Amino acid sequence: MSKYLEMIRIRFLMMLAYRTNYYSGILIYSINIGAYYFLWTAIYGGKESIQGLDAAQMVTYVAISWMARAFYFNNIDREIAMEIREGKVAVELIRPYNYLGMKTMQAFGEGVFRLFFFSMPGMVIVSFIFPLELPLDWQAWCFFAISIFFSFVINTEINLLTGISAFFLFNNDGLMRAKRVIIDLFSGLLLPISFYPVWAQEIMEYLPFQAISYIPSMIFTKGFQEAEITDAILFQLFWSILLIIPICAMWAVAKRKMIIQGG
Amino acid sequence: MNVIEVENLRKEFKSYSSRSGLKGAFRDLFTRNYKINRAVNDISFTVKQGEMVGYIGENGAGKSTTIKMLTGILTPTSGKVLVNNMNPHKEREKFVRTIGVVFGQRSQLWWDIAVQESFRLLKKVYKVSDQDYNEHMDHVIKTLDIGPLLDKPVRKLSLGQRMRCELTAALIHNPPLLFLDEPTIGLDVLVKLKIREFLKEINAKYKTTILLTTHDIADIEALCERVIMLDEGKIIYDGSLDHLRGNWGKGKQIEFQFASSVDESLLLQLTNGFHVQWMKGDKSNVWIAQIANHEEMPEIISRVMKAQTIVDLSIKEISTEEIIRNIYEKGDANSNLEKVIMNV
Repeated sequence: MSKYLEMIRIRFLMMLAYRTNYYSGILIYSINIGAYYFLWTAIYGGKESIQGLDAAQMVTYVAISWMARAFYFNNIDREIAMEIREGKVAVELIRPYNYLGMKTMQAFGEGVFRLFFFSMPGMVIVSFIFPLELPLDWQAWCFFAISIFFSFVINTEINLLTGISAFFLFNNDGLMRAKRVIIDLFSGLLLPISFYPVWAQEIMEYLPFQAISYIPSMIFTKGFQEAEITDAILFQLFWSILLIIPICAMWAVAKRKMIIQGG
Repeated sequence: MNVIEVENLRKEFKSYSSRSGLKGAFRDLFTRNYKINRAVNDISFTVKQGEMVGYIGENGAGKSTTIKMLTGILTPTSGKVLVNNMNPHKEREKFVRTIGVVFGQRSQLWWDIAVQESFRLLKKVYKVSDQDYNEHMDHVIKTLDIGPLLDKPVRKLSLGQRMRCELTAALIHNPPLLFLDEPTIGLDVLVKLKIREFLKEINAKYKTTILLTTHDIADIEALCERVIMLDEGKIIYDGSLDHLRGNWGKGKQIEFQFASSVDESLLLQLTNGFHVQWMKGDKSNVWIAQIANHEEMPEIISRVMKAQTIVDLSIKEISTEEIIRNIYEKGDANSNLEKVIMNV
């Protein structure tokens, strides 16, 4: 276990090595939150509430979605694809650890770094600028913490799947880009799931994407009530476990088919 | 005790070839042509503990593929591999603890962080105790002279500096078996010497078994008593380096620099009846005589000198490099080899 903790530490150091990335990230996220704030205030106009969310909840929803995204979002699919394409995966395979486990830990290190140095200070700044409704009871914060942990797990599992696909496809850039758009759209980051037409909501019930952003944001904004919260977290747990199966299957096949590029 | 046992090992790769033209490109969308390349073709060998073996061959001969199968990275198509009494691919995580690997063309250190951070992570990964680490690594760091590099990020190191750090990283857990895939590629003479000295030392001290691939024959001459030569996926020679040189590199070369241009036919005529082969040298008016029999040498020299004015003359042993080049140029099987060398 200590090697995985050490890997989290290394990732921290690597994030610090690239500070410029980190500053530009803060800027981009603030612009996004600002843009969505103005968009949604315009849409609400004088209306009390739309689809069960009032304007203040909506603003909180937007802010918390983006801040949670900073935590669960990572680029390990891109990293895995690059390591496969350049043959660096050979070096990873001569080490006594599980390659995918190590990648997940790196992603977690990155996530924790961003949670503390990006999301939290970002949230404080945003709460001064925009009228946010932060939950007052500690249960909501606890459920939210559990929920974004699962967001991270599910998003990372999907990233592992797209990353491993580089073993089978010569170039999986298109797939990774499609995945990114699908997650932004279907996870409820850009638009809460309850705003979609009913038939689309029914389809999304059977997909894992809303577990990434919609569920934690709804818990945080109190859009979900007691029973709904436990159901939602069970939904996340279910997908976290289910997605392990295709990952293991793909990895097993990939290892057998492995070709190391470039000698 | 055998550290490596390989029997009828084979690796095949499927490679796609694309059809020509637009029409061909469309057809490729539905069905693709492929052919099977045999990168490693039924090779067998064993390596004993404490041996240093040179694994040589031209580019694309299958050296790296073999190493990747021996280290558990690639799955063999067929055949048996047993390294440190384990099947490398099946028990990968347990197995890789017992080996060290250096890929000359790939870094295994983390690019953006200081060298010592990489070492620290590897120490945790291999579960090396503080005591073992300090005892072993202090010595390695001192010998390879990398102390001043430890706090620099890898991207700021020169190739020679990086290579010494790579070697150190591969030895953190003091493995009994070391695979080195072109460890001296692109290094200057001093660094090469340092690395060779160091490898000899750990081999003597810990009885570390070393399997080394390289294109620099001097590495092999300095380190390995035994060589395995590979061509087109097959082993064409497996035995001692001395034997290779003794049997096949007996002859000498005499380099003549003539004052004026000389015809090959004239030289052949002069040395008629001797076992000589004439080759044109690199410079103008330079001819090289390859002689199989030492006793004929004085007579050949005197005949040539009588007939022609000579500016310069030198006598050389046939170098290992030349022997190996000859083998690759002319033959690819053991039986052919002997014939080739007899011709010289």
